[in-house]
Amino acid sequence: MEIASHITLAALGQQVLVGLSRTTILFIVSSGLSLILGVLRIPNISHGSLYMIGAFFTYSVASFVGGSAGFWVALVLAPIAVGLLSLLVERGIFCHLYEREHLMLLLFTFSLMLVLGDLVKLTYGSDYRSLAAPVMLQGSFSLGNLPFPRYNAFLLLVGPLVAFGLWFLTNKTKIGKIARAAAVDREMVAAMGINVSWVFAFVFCIGCLLAGLGGALVAPTQNITQGMDHAIVMECFLIVIIGGLGNMWGALLGALIFGLTSSIGILVWPQFAIVFPYVAVVIVLLLRPKGLLKSTW
Amino acid sequence: MREKIVSPRGLILAGVILVVLAFWPALATRYYTYLVALILVTGLLASSLNMVLGFGGMYQFNHAVFYGAGAYAAALLTVRGGLNPWWGYLLGPLVAAALSLVMGIICVRLSKLYFGMLQISLGSLVWAIVFRWYSFTGGDDGMHGVPVPGLIGSIDGAYWFTLIVTVVSLAVMYLIVNSPFGRVFQGIRDNPERAEAVGVNVMRHQLIGLVIAGFFGGVAGTLFVTVEGSVFPDMMFWTLSLEILIMCLLGGWFTFLGPMLGAAIIVILRTVVGIYTDYWTLVLGIILMLLIFFLPDGVLGYFTALFGRKRAGGEES
Repeated sequence: MEIASHITLAALGQQVLVGLSRTTILFIVSSGLSLILGVLRIPNISHGSLYMIGAFFTYSVASFVGGSAGFWVALVLAPIAVGLLSLLVERGIFCHLYEREHLMLLLFTFSLMLVLGDLVKLTYGSDYRSLAAPVMLQGSFSLGNLPFPRYNAFLLLVGPLVAFGLWFLTNKTKIGKIARAAAVDREMVAAMGINVSWVFAFVFCIGCLLAGLGGALVAPTQNITQGMDHAIVMECFLIVIIGGLGNMWGALLGALIFGLTSSIGILVWPQFAIVFPYVAVVIVLLLRPKGLLKSTW
Repeated sequence: MREKIVSPRGLILAGVILVVLAFWPALATRYYTYLVALILVTGLLASSLNMVLGFGGMYQFNHAVFYGAGAYAAALLTVRGGLNPWWGYLLGPLVAAALSLVMGIICVRLSKLYFGMLQISLGSLVWAIVFRWYSFTGGDDGMHGVPVPGLIGSIDGAYWFTLIVTVVSLAVMYLIVNSPFGRVFQGIRDNPERAEAVGVNVMRHQLIGLVIAGFFGGVAGTLFVTVEGSVFPDMMFWTLSLEILIMCLLGGWFTFLGPMLGAAIIVILRTVVGIYTDYWTLVLGIILMLLIFFLPDGVLGYFTALFGRKRAGGEES
């Protein structure tokens, strides 16, 4: 095998940077999943669908508004739209199910995935869409002697911002503290006169909003297709599991492992690049069955 | 539950269904023979999942992987290994059982939902490998025209083979569920702490349950190869795993034959809906939502409750 011979340092550096951009998307989406898991204790299988809807919505808004401004408008509107949609679903149907066992809740999110997936297909048809990045983020600049796409650099800026915002929300705001308390002991929080149901709705909405944001951010980097929901949701589950359920920094760590193993894997063995992250997951789980960082469960 | 089909009415009904099924190829066209064979295969798959889900209380979210593993093992042993197809049928389920054991060892310590999520993730790993290994598994195209033994090469032959294997498998599973092991297994479902306290090795029982379920999932996979003559990676995809779970739920996951019924309903509905629209998953999603709200015990569970035959103990969850 001539595995090592064609890997130059430059190519490796390039792939690491690409992997880090991918990490950003994965982190944003899986941190939302992790938030919902941590507080509501539900693996939200429809999370990927909301990500897909975010991407398709971004495409629609961006082409409706047109020009560079279109993308920026969509970047703001898409997460809000997805958040509102999730709030509607949560208040309309989901909140009536909290008393049921987890299996039913999980299956409900699965049914939501099935329905949303086909609704997207009904709206957009089976063709894939693509969206150009705004002009100021097109092209690339050189970093040392590495060409680095501007859009990826933009993603690397957004990632830490989202991480900071989420940290601020869960650690420094009142509602964040209530949500964390509700995650540990919801009866106690309810006994203190706080409407836990609305706390859950808020957390669900924020989590789904992050899925929408991830979808909006990913839109210019890849084809927007039916089926992008299936892939991302499983990746995010893995990220959340290896990071530690409900732990935001765990989601970051997991996303790093996932993003980097798959992008470097492309250099090492292109055909099996998608398998590398899974193998990393198995190794992590064999060493630490409960994930790398402390779970809130 | 410990629901036994010993009432005369039940026996007569079962007998009539069996006789109709036995003569079905003579009554129906090729297409309907094929359809019922598919229902039997899917029903066996759902029943095998229900071994751990309904009777063991384990949230097994990746059962399709064992279906696929059995099918792929049978196909690969025949096509790449050059073995007689019968050997493939014999070894396929064993491969699926072994895979189930390995994945079970990694996951079995974890709590319900966590267990399920980890299983589904490991299943995705297996799927990803099968999906990408073009030179060996055929990648995303799968493998078509897998040789089938001449005796069961025709659709009628495949049908009878499927029927016999399904009935025998169901009988074996029924005996397991009602064996001392099965009763301990159900005890673990009802109260794991109590089972542990009276000296039951919970993990070992759960592992055995997983292996049995994986084995019969593999049997269903090999039957699929018999009927279709092909295998493809979608057989292992996690959405199929959850669809099987829906079948169990739809029929009634605390009953023995519920999953069989659920599978029949889903397969028939998919066929009928498929004639009119491309949006089957939308319909499935809506069915599932209605089910969660109105029929949490499934169709069979609902009717047994309706006729007052529901035994005590079927209520807990």
